[in-house]
Amino acid sequence: MKRIVTATVFNQSGVLNRITGLFTRRQFNIESITVGATETEGVSKMTFVVHVEDARMVEQVLKQLNKQIDVLKVNDITDQAIVTRELALLKVMTTPQTRAEINVIIEPFRATIIDVAKDSVTIQVVGNFEKIEAMIELLRPYGIKEVARTGQTAIKRGSQRLVSESKPFSILN
Amino acid sequence: MNQNAKVKELKVDTTAASAGPMNGADIFIESLKKENVEVMFGYPGGAVLPLYDALYKNPIRHILARHEQGAIHAAEGYARVSGKPGVVLATSGPGATNLVTGITDAMMDSLPLVVFTGQVATGVIGTDAFQEADVIGITMPITKHNYQVRDMNDLPRIVHEAFHIATTGRPGPVLIDIPKDIAGMIGEPEFVTEVDLPGYQPNFKPNSLQVKKLRGALAQAKKPVILAGAGVLHAKASKELLQFVEKMQIPVVNTLLGLGGFPANHPLFLGMGGMHGTNTANKALYETDLLINIGARFDDRLTGNLAHFAPSATVAHIDIDPAEIGKNVETHIPIVADARAALKKIMSLDFEAPKADEWRAKLQQDKVENPLWNTEDGEGISPQLLMKMIHEITEGDAIVTTDVGQHQMWTAQYYGFNKPDQWVTSGGLGTMGFGFPSAIGAQIAKPDKTVVAIAGDAGFQMTLQELGLVAELKLPVKIIVYNNMALGMVRQWQETFYEERYSQSLIPVQPDFVKLADSYGIRGYKVSTEEEAEKVLRETLTDNEPVLIDCRIKPKEMVYPMIAPGKGLHEMIGVKPQ
Repeated sequence: MKRIVTATVFNQSGVLNRITGLFTRRQFNIESITVGATETEGVSKMTFVVHVEDARMVEQVLKQLNKQIDVLKVNDITDQAIVTRELALLKVMTTPQTRAEINVIIEPFRATIIDVAKDSVTIQVVGNFEKIEAMIELLRPYGIKEVARTGQTAIKRGSQRLVSESKPFSILN
Repeated sequence: MNQNAKVKELKVDTTAASAGPMNGADIFIESLKKENVEVMFGYPGGAVLPLYDALYKNPIRHILARHEQGAIHAAEGYARVSGKPGVVLATSGPGATNLVTGITDAMMDSLPLVVFTGQVATGVIGTDAFQEADVIGITMPITKHNYQVRDMNDLPRIVHEAFHIATTGRPGPVLIDIPKDIAGMIGEPEFVTEVDLPGYQPNFKPNSLQVKKLRGALAQAKKPVILAGAGVLHAKASKELLQFVEKMQIPVVNTLLGLGGFPANHPLFLGMGGMHGTNTANKALYETDLLINIGARFDDRLTGNLAHFAPSATVAHIDIDPAEIGKNVETHIPIVADARAALKKIMSLDFEAPKADEWRAKLQQDKVENPLWNTEDGEGISPQLLMKMIHEITEGDAIVTTDVGQHQMWTAQYYGFNKPDQWVTSGGLGTMGFGFPSAIGAQIAKPDKTVVAIAGDAGFQMTLQELGLVAELKLPVKIIVYNNMALGMVRQWQETFYEERYSQSLIPVQPDFVKLADSYGIRGYKVSTEEEAEKVLRETLTDNEPVLIDCRIKPKEMVYPMIAPGKGLHEMIGVKPQ
């Protein structure tokens, strides 16, 4: 199962190493990881997309992250009302004939062309994982030379729906 | 931004500030004094020369081991029996890498250590300088936390935080890497007296709701059992555990590291559980309907095959470390708390004792029917009888240390620990060469106690250089070598699971241990029969001198009973003599 986990951490030297080392040694699979500054100076936020076998494994991921001294807060936000976004840059082969077609394809995705060369264009798209996957699939027939993706970052929505389901364990009882 | 910057203003000890400017090394010594460090274990080298110079001018007792591994195992032994953090100092590069085994060992067995390593000067870090190693990178997964000091003004705060982290919550090793130039810089830092660690807030108090759930479960239980681990010892909760057990009349199983947390001579004690535990303890863990784990981490050597571990039990788990709850065994009643705080809370409430007369009777009967046994024929000393002798002569009151392997299991099975903090062993990591140096640390912590180091002949040869330390400090450590000319446990497994192909487990050449001891000015004896052994043990275990006794035990003796790897608790072999 795929889970989206966020962690706010002190921006100490080596903190990323601590976290990725932890994932490796406990055999947690990471699909993507993003790190960036937050509204508080010296505090960064990490967003992980992890693949785990079951709920107990998620529990372990959260608890092990929480044990790190530099980790301030850990949340599994998968089941909450959240917005996730990822930025992707795609270099797609073009011919004079296909250039207009590609423009039409990417338009509904609100993607933009940020670089043009003789035989290729570079497209920037922002969206959730599924949207980006869908656009890549549509562009594949034209020949994708290169893809660069940032991985997903996420934030909770301002208003949350009520969560009635309570988990069997939590971090502190 | 400064690498180690913190935002909050912390309380400062103003008495030290008046001392004027100091260099980093003096600040290091001053910080240790503020933590009431009485003794440290270490070995000097290039990168820590400034620190050793400060130590020379302003002494704290320093124990000069003969190898860094000896220093850190001694610090572990010191920490285990004294309850105080063990402090270690070693140089950069090889000095630091020689500590790795000990740091990992302390991490696995939750021992509080504060380890200082030298580092090359900040300007050359990352250039593969002489004796440079990425100690922070190497020790990240094997410490509770680690620091590299980048600014001399942070040193007092980092040292204070390190001691706080090492000794609170679930104890563990914390490492501080100090570049050589930092030790030489002059400054006037503030000595903080409090910590601000928003990401580290261990929970001590039990949740009332969960405690109520435990009360409900106890009232219904017909076959309750308590599994008491080292958490009981770390929390100093053995008195509370005894009160709770006597009030509720629940049988107790100890983990290997938990031995001594509950008196072994108590009628409700079933023995150690797990791979070489007693039949009764494992039977209880297998058949129980309410398993109360207090400060144990459900290690695989205890549980055996998880599919057959307490299959029909409601599991309650009291642990200071939330990550241990539900890690290996599904837990129904999680209580994140210090063992002592939890037991006190439980005792303050009106708990109904479970109705378990039938269960207790059944387990008592099993204890009588399936006791530990040993072979009586064959050449050499019976290792089990030898351990009983040691127990009898030391009146069960000695501090006993071991490595890992057969001698460790025989000690755990036969010494009979009735009091806390007299048992020092390498449990989680299973480190050969641990027992002897840890006995040195234990003896330094408790100069008036009899300290017995039980070592296998192979493990002893891994750290025997510390005989020099015993001789130098005239420590009355009693070294008992269980000599079967082999890596006993490896040999046992090869006999049992690899059709007696003794691949590299027999050691035909070894030093004459008596002459070896003699070369250090330590008394040495070689004993080959039980009569000889008893005579020498009676003569030497109770006096105030070190001794090494090379005991020739039966070379083919096996540790029984046993749960084979991958098998469940109910599949013990060797329960009865063959």
